[in-house]
Order: sequence, then structure tokens, then C-alpha cells
Amino acid sequence: MTGESSALYDIPGPKALARHRLYGGIALLLIAALIGWVVYMLFHTQQFTYAKWEPFTYQGVQDLLLRGLGNTLRAFGWTVLFALPFGALFAAGRLSDHRVVRWFATLVVEFFRAMPLLVMIFFVFVALRVQPLWALVAGLVLYNGSVLAEVFRAGVLAVPKGQREAAYALGMRKTQVMTYVLVPQANRAMLPAIISQLVVALKDTSLGFLITFEEFLHAGKLIATNLDYDLPFIPVVIVIAPIYIGMCLLLSWLARWVERRSRRSPSVRGGAPVAKAGVAMGLPPSAQ
Amino acid sequence: MKTLTDNWSTYWDGFLGTLSLFAASAVLSLVLGVLMAGFRVSPVRPLRVFGTVWVTVLRNTPLTLLFFIVVLGLPRFDITLPFYTFAVLALGCYTSAFVCESMRSGINTVPSGQGEAARSLGMSFGQTMSLVVLPQAYRSVVAPIGSVMIALAKNTAIAGSFSVTELLGTYRTINELGYSIIWTFFWIAVGYLIITLAISAVFNLLERRVAVSR
Repeated sequence: MTGESSALYDIPGPKALARHRLYGGIALLLIAALIGWVVYMLFHTQQFTYAKWEPFTYQGVQDLLLRGLGNTLRAFGWTVLFALPFGALFAAGRLSDHRVVRWFATLVVEFFRAMPLLVMIFFVFVALRVQPLWALVAGLVLYNGSVLAEVFRAGVLAVPKGQREAAYALGMRKTQVMTYVLVPQANRAMLPAIISQLVVALKDTSLGFLITFEEFLHAGKLIATNLDYDLPFIPVVIVIAPIYIGMCLLLSWLARWVERRSRRSPSVRGGAPVAKAGVAMGLPPSAQ
Repeated sequence: MKTLTDNWSTYWDGFLGTLSLFAASAVLSLVLGVLMAGFRVSPVRPLRVFGTVWVTVLRNTPLTLLFFIVVLGLPRFDITLPFYTFAVLALGCYTSAFVCESMRSGINTVPSGQGEAARSLGMSFGQTMSLVVLPQAYRSVVAPIGSVMIALAKNTAIAGSFSVTELLGTYRTINELGYSIIWTFFWIAVGYLIITLAISAVFNLLERRVAVSR
């Protein structure tokens, strides 16, 4: 917060600075104590013994983990592939001039946004007896596609009204206005929101674990519950968690980078000022 | 309809389980979220860093992984609690990151001139916060917190797979009794819709009450 004024406090003087330093010292001590306790518990419960880490040198275990990671990425890839067209289709439906189409699209989108994702996955898996991979992908596509539809719709609506009017005044047709004028401009504003929603999708692929889809967590659990390996649960977490969190972090950072880039150059090549998308939606994508 | 009436007590238990899970995690996430938001806007650097790390890590952790770590990992540290408490811990910590971000952006919407004016009138820090800054921040926070809470209610479904009684988990019992699986899920869906719609109604009401034309 240095150099940036805040509603909360003034720029501190010498006395306040000293006090802040004191608080900082105490906070550091407490945080150090917390980390120390975790490390102590790790050693105390013997998580760093050779027996618990040896499995990770086996070819089979490495293959298992890699296959799990591959399956996670595969589910994510299919989801992206289907969810984007799904979202585009239903966004177009919600923006349609025909009342029936609009109502139908609204009903579908609102329903799938209101249902817990896991209920849909279990429904497809248990009731329709679909393979775990496709049950997971179906649930993810329905849910994330619906949220994406809202993102697309908000993006198109956020383009300044004059753009649409000007395009109609030039004699463009409905489809032309959409594809040549509105969508290209909306795209730039929406891209960060779309990528953030993809982070949610990537996180949610881990729900496949609950329907016995052989993804990354599942592979981890197989190793962690193996008696021959001395139940290396904490080592498995130490290996798996950073990879999972790292993948999501990378994607989040990409979203933030794109956002900052698009904000930096609003109209270099004569484009209209970029409107901010994602404000009018009921659910921000990050709230999942 | 028969599926519902015959299994009313199973559904009701599940419904209450989901509700209590939601209520407990909502309280935990609000308390932790406000605390972390306080850390993130405080002038003390270590606290700020701690809050930032907490939010960044938890926002990018799959909830299933968090459940996995809490439910199966903490017992390795000789911390054994009921599954229900573990589930509340996982859900509460996860949601607190989103609550913190909503709170923080709410506080940031208050123009710094408001705080400066309050201080120049001689108000203390506590007065500035409670009389000037927080009432204004509250207004812009209600709607985002509402959607975070709806997301939390939907996320409670995951707890069912970790041995906690809740609504989605009831399908196993009912399915074993031989009832139509489609209708089983239909009534589960209705249950969730009731909860999420109720939450959004409450927050809409709150929003309308605090709405002020500017």
C-alpha cells in the first residue's frame, strides 16, 4: 500500500511506523511458529522416511501419476472444446429476437447455473450410466458452458450502443452486425473473464475423483493407500498439490496478464474503447 | 411423487444436513474472510503477505483436493475430528478466500476522501471505520457475497462423497431401495434449488434495503 492512499489510514508518521514495525514483528513470529509447527509435525510423524518416498522412484508409480495428469488434462481439453461453442450458442440464443428461442436459452442457462455441478455429474454417471470421463465432461460442459454464455452475453451487451446503431445504419444485417461489429469488440473485453472461467473448469476436473475417473487425484489416492509403500499420504500431497495449484495459478496469471494488456492499449489501432464485461452478471466466474 | 413421500425422512435428513453444513461453513468463511481482508488492507507488511498468499493459494486449489488433504491428511498429524467438522473446515477455508476478495474490493470502492474527511473531523480509527468506511463498503459487498454464498451452498454437495450426511448423498440409500433413479435426482435437484433460491432471495432483499440512489 506504499505510495497509494487508502480510505483506511493516513500516511504513517514516525510513531505509527514504529508501531507497525512492532506489529509486523509479532505477526512474523506467529507465522514462523505456524510454519515451524507444520514442519515439526511432518518430521514428528515421520513423513520424510526413505520408505515413504521410495515409491516415487519406481517407473510404474511415475507412469501412474503421469497418466492421471494426462487424463485430467484430457478432460479439461474436451471441456474447453465443447463448452465454448455451447456458451456461444446459448449466448446467441439469449440475445435472439425470437421470444421462444430466448426463453428456451434463458431456461437452460439459468437451470444449469443454479444446479450444483456435482449433482449433474452424478446424474449423468449414475442415471444415464455413462463412462466416467464423459460424465465428467458432460457436467463440466453444461455448467461452464452456461456460465460462459452469460459471460458472452454480458460482453456483447457491454459494447457501446452506438456501435450497433451505426452498423444497422450502414445497412448491415443482424448476423453481420453481430459477427463484424459486436463480437470482435466484445471479444477483447471478455477474454480475461473467459480464461478465469477456464480456471474454474480446470479446478472442477478434480470432481472426476468422486466418480472414480482415473485422474490425477485418483492416481494419488492409489499410491497413498498402498500398504506396501507405508501409506505415503503426505508425500503424495506434497507432490500433487503444487502441480495442481501451479497449473491453476498459471492460467489465472494468464487471465490477469491479458486483462492488463487489453486495458493498457484501449484504442491504439482506432478501436472503440473497451467496455468492461462481466459486471452485469449474477455470478462472477471467480465465485465458483 | 411416491419417491419423495416414501423416502421423506431420508430426504429431510439430507436436506437438514446440507443446510447445517452450509450454515456452519458460511459462518466460518465470513469470519475468516473478514479477518483475511483485514490482513490484506492493513499497514503491516507480514500480515498483508500472509493474507495474499492465503487467498492466492486457496483460490487456485480444487475444492476436491482441499477435501482430500483435510479429510485424509489431517488424521496423519494425529488430528482426528468428525467428518462433519473436517468438511466445515475445508468448505469454510476455501470460501473464505472468495469472501476476502469481495470484502477487499468493497473497501477499495470507498473513495479515500471519505476517510480523509472523517479523520480531519477528528474521528478516531474506530469511528472512521464503523461510522464512515464500513457502512459504505457494506453496500457494494452485499451482492458479491450473495453469489459467493450460493456457490458455497452448491459446493456442499462434495462433502457427501466424504462420509457426511447431505442431500446429494441420499441418492445411494434411495437407489438401493429400488426407486426410479431419475425421480430420485429430480427431488434432490428440487432440494438444491430451494436452498439456492432462498439464499438469493435473502440477499436480494438485503441489497434492496441498503440500496441508495447516488
